[in-house]
Amino acid sequence: MSGAADMAPASDLASRRRLVDFVLRARTFGIVAVLALLVLVATLIQARFLDKANVSFILSQASLYALVAIGEAMVIITRNVDLSVGSVCGISAYLSAHLFAQHPGIAIPLVFLAGLVIGLISGVLTGAIVAICRVPSLVVTLAMLYAIRGIDTVIVGPGQVLASTEPTAFLNIPTAAVLGVPDVAIVVTVLVAIAAYYMHSFRSGRDLYAIGSDPQAARLAGIPIAKRVFTAFVISGACAGLAGALWASEYATIDSTAANGLELQIVAAVVIGGVAIFGGSGSVVGAALGALLLQAINSALNVTGVLPTTWTEGITGFLMLVAITMDRGIQLRVSTALRRRRVRLGA
Amino acid sequence: MREVKEQGSGGGAHGTPAQPDTSHGDQGPILSLRNATKAFGAVHALEDVSLDLRGGEVHALVGENGAGKSTLVKIIGGVHQPDRGTLTIGGRDVVLAGPGDARDAGVAIIYQEPTLFPDLSVAENVFIGRQPVHGGRRIDHGAMQSRARALFESLGVHVDPDRVARGLSIAEQQIVEIAKALSLDAKVVVMDEPTAALSAHEVARLFGVVDSLREHGAAVVFISHRLEEVFAVSQRVTVLRDGRLVLSQELKGLTAGDLVRAMVGRDLAERQHQHHDRGELVLRVEQLARAGTFEDISFAVHAGEIVALAGLVGAGRSEVARAVFGIDPFDSGAVHVAERPIRRNSPAAAMAAGVAFVPEDRRQQGLVMDMSIAQNVALASLHRLSHFGLIMGSAELRFASEWGERLQLKYGRLSNPVTSLSGGNQQKVVLAKWLSRTPSLMIVDEPTRGIDVATKAEVHRILVELAHSGVAVLVISSELPEVLALADRILVMREGRIVAEVAREDASEEKIITAATGQAEVPAAVEAGSA
Repeated sequence: MSGAADMAPASDLASRRRLVDFVLRARTFGIVAVLALLVLVATLIQARFLDKANVSFILSQASLYALVAIGEAMVIITRNVDLSVGSVCGISAYLSAHLFAQHPGIAIPLVFLAGLVIGLISGVLTGAIVAICRVPSLVVTLAMLYAIRGIDTVIVGPGQVLASTEPTAFLNIPTAAVLGVPDVAIVVTVLVAIAAYYMHSFRSGRDLYAIGSDPQAARLAGIPIAKRVFTAFVISGACAGLAGALWASEYATIDSTAANGLELQIVAAVVIGGVAIFGGSGSVVGAALGALLLQAINSALNVTGVLPTTWTEGITGFLMLVAITMDRGIQLRVSTALRRRRVRLGA
Repeated sequence: MREVKEQGSGGGAHGTPAQPDTSHGDQGPILSLRNATKAFGAVHALEDVSLDLRGGEVHALVGENGAGKSTLVKIIGGVHQPDRGTLTIGGRDVVLAGPGDARDAGVAIIYQEPTLFPDLSVAENVFIGRQPVHGGRRIDHGAMQSRARALFESLGVHVDPDRVARGLSIAEQQIVEIAKALSLDAKVVVMDEPTAALSAHEVARLFGVVDSLREHGAAVVFISHRLEEVFAVSQRVTVLRDGRLVLSQELKGLTAGDLVRAMVGRDLAERQHQHHDRGELVLRVEQLARAGTFEDISFAVHAGEIVALAGLVGAGRSEVARAVFGIDPFDSGAVHVAERPIRRNSPAAAMAAGVAFVPEDRRQQGLVMDMSIAQNVALASLHRLSHFGLIMGSAELRFASEWGERLQLKYGRLSNPVTSLSGGNQQKVVLAKWLSRTPSLMIVDEPTRGIDVATKAEVHRILVELAHSGVAVLVISSELPEVLALADRILVMREGRIVAEVAREDASEEKIITAATGQAEVPAAVEAGSA
C-alpha cells in the first residue's frame, strides 16, 4: 500500500505533462476554434461577412472592448472584479469629446490623454478603497458604477456632444487602417502583447496570479497584496478611460448613457476568454480573444440575418455557460490525471 | 560557508558567519526570542517564552496540541507580532511586520499545512516573489525550471517543475515547501510537523536534508509529535506547555520519558464523570475505511457512555466522525445506529436516525455567524417552530430562552448576533441547537477549543449530564486532560487506524501519548535517541 519505490516511469511522466500542456493550450485554442467556425459558417451563409469593410468594422469594435478587457482581466485574475468600467468609459467619452467644444482646435492626442487621466483618477480611487480599506471589490465597484454614472448624468444633463463639434480627423480614427487592418486594432494588439508579456515575465505580474490563486498563501509568501491589487485597479481604470475617448470617436454623439452596461459585456468577454472568475488563471490574450469573439457573433447575426440581433445576449449567456462548464471540467480532469502520479522519494 | 550571494537576504544577512567564528568560545545564537507573550482575546497562546536558535544545530520544539508551538512559529515567521518581547536575528533587534520581512531576514518556514498556489507551476511556487531574472527584471523561466529541477534532484525526488501545483498529494506539497525553504538559503529553517504526511522512507530522506542544512550552518527548528524523530535529528529541545516554556536544554542525557513528563506534567483536570451503567447499543461502526484517510475502523458506543477518540492532529479522528455523520464519504464498511444501517454520505439520514454532530470549527460549520442567537439555537428545530412553513419569531425566542437557561448561556439579548458571544458561549449555542433535537447519539469534535477554563468546565458538565440522561456521546479531543476527565473509554488513533482502546480505570496521559505517537515503550525510544 505504501509502495515506497514505485516511481512513475519516465514515459508516463512525459505523457502526463503533455496532457496538461495540451489541456491548458486547448483553452485558448478553443476560442480560436469557435471563432474560426463562426467565420466559416457566417461566410457560407453570407459572403459579405468577410468583406473588407465588415472585417475592419468588427476589428475596430472589438479593439475597444479588448482594451477594456485587458484591465478587467488583470483585476479578475487577482480574485477581484471591476464593475465600474462602463461608467468610467461613459464619463470619459463625454468629458474628452466635450473638450473639442470647449477648446476648438485642441490636439487629438491631448483628448486621449484626458480620457486616460479620467480613468486613472477613477482607478486610483477604486483601487485605494478596495486594497487599502479592504472592502470587497464587488461592492466598491458596484457603488462606483452608480456614483460615476450619477456624476455623468448631472454633468451632461439632457445635453449631448454632437458630432458636428468634433474634428473629422477624430471621427476617422476608427476607420483609419493600414493594409485593411484598423490602426486601432494594431495599437490595442500591441497593448495586449505588452500586458501579456508583463503578466508572464515580471515578478509583479506573476504576483497577480498568486494573489488570485490563494490569497492566504500569497500573504505567507510575503507578496505585497494591497500594492498589487491597487495597481491592477489603476490599470483597469486607465484602460476604461482610454477606451472612453475611443468610444467618443466611434459613436460621435455622446450623451449620459454612453457605454451603459458595458461592464457586464466585458466581464463576459473575459470569462469566455478563459479567465477564471475566482482568479489565479487565464490570460490577457484570452480575454482579448473573448472580446473579439463576442463582436464577431454580433456582426454575424447582423450580416447573415439568420437570427435577429436580439439573440446576441442569449448567445453570449450560452457561450459563458459553455466556457465555465468546460473550465470546471478541465480543472477536475487535470487534477485527477495528476493525482494518479505520486512522487516517491528515492528509487 | 558563507553563501550570502543570493539575493533577497536583506537585513541581517551579514555579520553572522555560519561557521564557528569564535571571538567568544561559544557561538552566539542566529535567532533569539526574548520573553515573547502573545494573547488572542482572553486566551494566552504564549507567555514569556524565550528561545535561542544556534547555527549548525537542530532544535526540537515539542508540546501537546495547543501548547503554543504554532504561535511561536508564526511569531518567528512574521505572521503574528508578539504583544511583548523582542526578536534578534543575526545580532540585530528586528520587528517582523509580515512574512516578507521574515523571509528577507533569512527565515524560512515550512508550515504544517502547505501553502501553495494551485494555479501556478511547481517551479513558480518554489520561487514566487524571487524568480530568477535576467536582463534586469524579466523572469528567466528557463533558469527557474532548471534551478527547481536541481533542487528536487538534491532532495532525491521527482517532481515535474512544469506542472501546476493543483492535484499534488500532501507529501508532494510538503516536498515543494521544503524545496522553497532550501532555495532561500535560509539561516533559520522552521519545520512545523513536516513528517506528519510522509512515509517512513520519505522521512529518512527528509532527515538527510535536515542534516545537510545543519552542516551548512543553518539553525533548524524541528516540530514533531513523534519523539523518536526528535531524538533522531535534534541536538537541543524546548518543551512548551500551556503557552509556557517548561524545559529548554541539550537533548543529550534526556529520555523520551523525561520529555513526555515535561509535556504532560500538570494537574489533571478533575474527573467529573462518575461511572454508570452502559445502556443499549446506539452506534456500531464496522470496518469503516476510506483510502488514504482511515481503515479498519470498528467500534461501538452505548447509551449513557462517553467514548473519546484521541490521537494526534491528522490521525484521522475528525475524518472518521465526519464519515459516520455522512458529511464525508467512505469506501467500505457500515455505520449502524440502533442496529439499523444508515445510508452513507447523507447527513440528513444520520440526523433522522437521531445523530447530532457538533463540528470542530464552530465559526465555519457550526453557526451561521450573521444570524441572531435565537435563530442559531432554533436552526435545527425549525420544523417544530413553524406553522404552514412560516417560522414564528416569538416561538423561536421562547424556545431559545428555554435552552439558554438550561445551558446557562450568558448573553445580552437573544436577538443579538451570535458573534456578540464569547467563544465558549458560542459553543453552548451550537450544543443547544443539537440538544434541542433530543439526539440519541451526539458527536462532538473538539468541544472546548479556544474556550476559557470556566466555560470549558461548563461544557464538560453539559456533556456529562447528557450521558447521564442516556445519550451516547462520542467526543474527539486533542486535549488529554479533557479526554481523561470525560471519557468512559478512550480509542486512540494513529495514522488512520485505531491502535489502542483504553478503559477509564487504566487511562493515563503517558499511556495515550505513547499509543498515539507509536512508541512501543518509552525505553525503546531512548535507545533510538542515543544511537
